[in-house]
Amino acid sequence: MSADHGAGAEAVESKHERPKHELSAHAKRVYAIRDLLLEKGVLTKNDIQEQVEYMEARTPANGARLVARAWVDAGFKKRLLADPKAACAEMGIDATSLNEFVVLENTEKVRHLVVCTLCSCYPRPILGRPPDWYKSLNYRARAVNDPRGVMREFGNEVPDDVEIRVHDSTADMRYLVLPLRPKGTEGMSEEELQRLVIRDSLIGVVDPLPAVPKQ
Amino acid sequence: MSLAVGKYKAGDRVRVRTDDRPGHVRTPYYVRGKNGWVERVYGEFLNPESLGHGGDGLPQRPLYLVGFHQNEVWGEYRPLGRDKLFVDIFEHWLDPA
Repeated sequence: MSADHGAGAEAVESKHERPKHELSAHAKRVYAIRDLLLEKGVLTKNDIQEQVEYMEARTPANGARLVARAWVDAGFKKRLLADPKAACAEMGIDATSLNEFVVLENTEKVRHLVVCTLCSCYPRPILGRPPDWYKSLNYRARAVNDPRGVMREFGNEVPDDVEIRVHDSTADMRYLVLPLRPKGTEGMSEEELQRLVIRDSLIGVVDPLPAVPKQ
Repeated sequence: MSLAVGKYKAGDRVRVRTDDRPGHVRTPYYVRGKNGWVERVYGEFLNPESLGHGGDGLPQRPLYLVGFHQNEVWGEYRPLGRDKLFVDIFEHWLDPA
């Protein structure tokens, strides 16, 4: 262990590198492991920075691009449903770290909802980090048992004659919902359509945003 | 993914086993003992019950998308209708129904 980490050095370091609040025990451990890995030359600061940038480049915008393209291009939609990883590659989205990827198509009569009751499995390589509510015990317990109640809390009242299919991702598959294209969006550009595909519609708790009438 | 040479095909009726084994198990309690059907055959994958404890996950096991009627999984589920629940379950957790 380095001899630099006396109380004085740590106090100075903590003022400039650490957040102002007291770190949790877990956070301290993570920083200590990181410092050790750097010290022992297992990782470089560049390695860490590259990984952070890679993770932050993955956002729901990737999902929105896939969906908007599927809405305007029937051939792409077929390919997306048949082989989602290949369809991602077509769009320049790196889905190679996904073990398996399944796209669930919503229709007039069927809505899909994705949850991971056991932990928080989520198509991170496409969408980035899941929202906190997705990881909550509340969502993970109730999405399987009361999906209509959960969707209602998101402002989405699903009629009784529409079938809800909840997918609990318990294994290698990561699921993405392909929402139904909103009515009145004919003639909208792909970019305009992307803006309707909000992250929560890719998880399935809500439908995409409706078309906004032009002024 | 490789096509599974497994016991079940899409449409087969299955029942989830009620084993209660220790360790890292990814078959949720809420479907154990429940009847469903094979919706899709996913292929073969490394066994999480081995991976979870530092094992190599071999041999790979067939994995299925198993569907259930919500009204049959949860006694109090409403509305009575067509809502369904799908869980990814390994072959060694399924018996024919």
